[in-house]
Amino acid sequence: MDMKLVALVPLLPLIGVLINGLFGAWIKERAHLIAVTAAGLSCLVAFVVFFQTLGGATLDWDVYPWLNVGDLKVPIGFLVDPLSTVMMLVVTFVGFLIHVYSIGYMHGDRGYARFFTYLNLFMFSMLMLVLANNYLLMFLGWEGVGLCSYLLIGFWYEKKSAADAGKKAFVVNRIGDAGFILGLFFIWTTFGSLKYTEVFAAVNPELGVGIYTTITLLLFVGATGKSAQLPLYVWLPDAMEGPTPVSALIHAATMVTAGVYMVARSNALFNLAPFSLEVVAWVGALTAVFAATIALVQNDIKRVVAYSTISQLGYMFLGAGAGAYPSAVFHLGTHAFFKALLFLGCGSVIHSLHGEQDMRKMGGLRKAMPITTWTFLLASLANAGIFPLAGFWSKDEILFNAFVRGLTIPWLLGLIGAFLTAFYMFRLFFQVFTGHFRGDHHTAHHLHESPPNMAYPLLVLGVLSVIAGLVLGFPPDHGLYHRYVAPIFEVAHESEAVVEHAVSAATEHAAGASELVMAAVSLAVALAGIGLAYLFYVKRPDIPAALADKLRGLYNLLLNKYWVDELYEAIFIHFGKRFCGFLWVVDARVVDGAVNGSSWLTMRLSAISSWHDMKIVDGLVNAIADLIQGGSFTLRRLQTGAIQNYILAMALGIVGMVAFYLFL
Amino acid sequence: MTVTHVVFFLMAAFTVGASLLVVLAKNIVHCAIALVFAFFGVAALFVLLDAEFLAAAQVLLYVGGITILLLFAIMLTSRISAGGVKIMNEQVGISAVVVLAIVGLLAYANLKGFPALVPPLTMADNTASIGKLLLTTYVLPFEVVSLLLLAAMVGAIILARREREKD
Amino acid sequence: MVPLSYYLILSVILFGIGMFGALTRRNAVGILMALELMFNAVNLNFVAFSRYLPQALMQGQIFAIFVITVAAAEAAVGLAIVLGLYRNFQTINVDEINLMKW
Repeated sequence: MDMKLVALVPLLPLIGVLINGLFGAWIKERAHLIAVTAAGLSCLVAFVVFFQTLGGATLDWDVYPWLNVGDLKVPIGFLVDPLSTVMMLVVTFVGFLIHVYSIGYMHGDRGYARFFTYLNLFMFSMLMLVLANNYLLMFLGWEGVGLCSYLLIGFWYEKKSAADAGKKAFVVNRIGDAGFILGLFFIWTTFGSLKYTEVFAAVNPELGVGIYTTITLLLFVGATGKSAQLPLYVWLPDAMEGPTPVSALIHAATMVTAGVYMVARSNALFNLAPFSLEVVAWVGALTAVFAATIALVQNDIKRVVAYSTISQLGYMFLGAGAGAYPSAVFHLGTHAFFKALLFLGCGSVIHSLHGEQDMRKMGGLRKAMPITTWTFLLASLANAGIFPLAGFWSKDEILFNAFVRGLTIPWLLGLIGAFLTAFYMFRLFFQVFTGHFRGDHHTAHHLHESPPNMAYPLLVLGVLSVIAGLVLGFPPDHGLYHRYVAPIFEVAHESEAVVEHAVSAATEHAAGASELVMAAVSLAVALAGIGLAYLFYVKRPDIPAALADKLRGLYNLLLNKYWVDELYEAIFIHFGKRFCGFLWVVDARVVDGAVNGSSWLTMRLSAISSWHDMKIVDGLVNAIADLIQGGSFTLRRLQTGAIQNYILAMALGIVGMVAFYLFL
Repeated sequence: MTVTHVVFFLMAAFTVGASLLVVLAKNIVHCAIALVFAFFGVAALFVLLDAEFLAAAQVLLYVGGITILLLFAIMLTSRISAGGVKIMNEQVGISAVVVLAIVGLLAYANLKGFPALVPPLTMADNTASIGKLLLTTYVLPFEVVSLLLLAAMVGAIILARREREKD
Repeated sequence: MVPLSYYLILSVILFGIGMFGALTRRNAVGILMALELMFNAVNLNFVAFSRYLPQALMQGQIFAIFVITVAAAEAAVGLAIVLGLYRNFQTINVDEINLMKW
């Protein structure tokens, strides 16, 4: 079969969008049939394409010249290589499972068809982002997923908080996108093309480090917006206002990883800008720890997982910054499985508790919801990085690579983050699933396991969370997955000359510390985190409260998320308002004064002008009008409406023409 | 003056006379009858030009089909007794001048500089070769024209159909 | 044989007669008849050329066949229109049908 089948992968969800979007009012409760079929078929085709790439085949296919303006030539085209294939598989597979899950979760919602339309639109945009063969088309997908994110966060738009969260996500993403666009401009002016193949072929260290640093930093600004890194992460926790399947699909598994994908895709550029790589690594590591600390004390079950997502995205950037792009993308994949599972588990819990999200009112759900509990446990273990679950392999790889690169402090931060991750994951787990139920009596009676179409995705993702790492990522850095994606990053390694010598020393230094020791360290750290959580929330539930009392300041700092939202409010919004006030004064005094002055002048002038107008111009115009009116009354007689008059005129014309040819 | 010449002039005079009658006769039924004769005259000229198939088609289609159609239309629409009514509109004079000018100019052009073509003495079997051409080289226009006929038929039915009562 | 120009001039005369009818008749059916005359004139032209230009491979006759077919279609539709006119206006004199005239 032809690899060009890949066009079907984004096309099928688009067809779903068209059907559900146009006929949603009639389809109503059957919208999932179309949406789920589209997503499922798309996933199937993705696998077919994947099997064709196994032999090392790639496809760079310009389908249609999209923009052709001067020198700017941008096609709508697909690039199928291991990197985009991995992303495509993750997106379609997780996307399909979440579609299935949504059937149960969204059942009975008023916007059922609308929900599935958006979900399919998201799949389409994300697949365009991933499969594009040039930066501009990627940007189209990038904006498309942003739009879907906005629409889905504000899906329950009657709720003010949801609508506000949607706007916040949109505005914060805009800031990042501005950087991304500037990066694209720089790429185009530097390399004269936006196609990956042409840009990467034109990459040349002789252009100087400066231009690469500029481009990559601008691109990274875009990535921090989309992937919720410091300092633009603020939108992601609020994005939890959306329906939970959306949080799972968009705000955990796929869209937020677009930044990581973009950095990995641009590895040829990043490799020539050591400073940018360092920035990426530092931002990633700081975000990982920063978000993890906030997650320690949050009480909203979804917010904990949301901060965990930010933290894990930090790890991915740490990996990318360390030059370990395969590891970053690997973590992206495993994270997609277990984080989607965590969110779906949350959704299952929330569904069962009729919308309750406060962990303090949960507890003891283990008995009522066995499937959710066990899969959630697996996902928590995977997220905490416990051997041999998926998260262990990928996170360990990232930390190891960071260490090897000589990024010692980011590595240490990552290790601390691993400890915190284990702690907050199990704080959540113990609080929600063990102990006894702390909610009201009424809810306790209605506790129930989710229906099968919600439970099956949980099981599938649970299995994947367990085995994905072992099957694909063992042994570290040389697993099945690594051998599959190696060709893309091989080219990069050659052009790495600039980075190479800076790193060679670090490599020597790392040679001593074997990978095994590193793995043991991070495993021990994670286990310590779990142990602490067990101590705090199972053995001695009084400790956390006492600790919170003792460290009241720190506790409040974390509970209020370092007051970052307030800080932004104070700096940007408050300052913005003041600035607007100032502008208003300028407006009232200076601009209005000028306007009033000019209006007086205008009135005087127009008085003169009006006289001129009425006497001279109007006179002229009327004269012409009279002439035309008179003429038309005469000419009107020609338009008799009698067809035979017209034929006669035609015949006269024929006479004229024949005479012309004969005699002239 | 060969026999052909005689026949040609006879048929030409016959056709032109019938045609004039078609255009000038007061009674519209007379016009239709004259039209039949004009068609016959043209058919005869076709025979003179070795186009037997076309002559047959002319008689069948025009005389047998179109004229009958016209007669039906006349009977359905005109009060035959409506004698004495003006049959021409007001632009008779100027029309005559213009038409005569066209005819004169074209005839002049014809006589003035037209190369004398020498026709081959015999023609291949007319009907057979037309049949072959219609089903080989001209098969596409042939099909298109059949589609056109179908469309015209449907259109005519719809146009002529009496509108259904409003309720 | 008769020279080609004889046929052509005859054709021109027939065409002129038809045109005169189309220009002057008040009766719509009369106009249609005049049109048929013009078609015949054209056909005569085609067939004459077809006879005198054998290298044209009978194109003239083929074309004449198509003209006849189209004329038949035209007559059918035209007469249907005439019927429709009669039904709506109780006349088929084209100069009396002036609903849209100024």
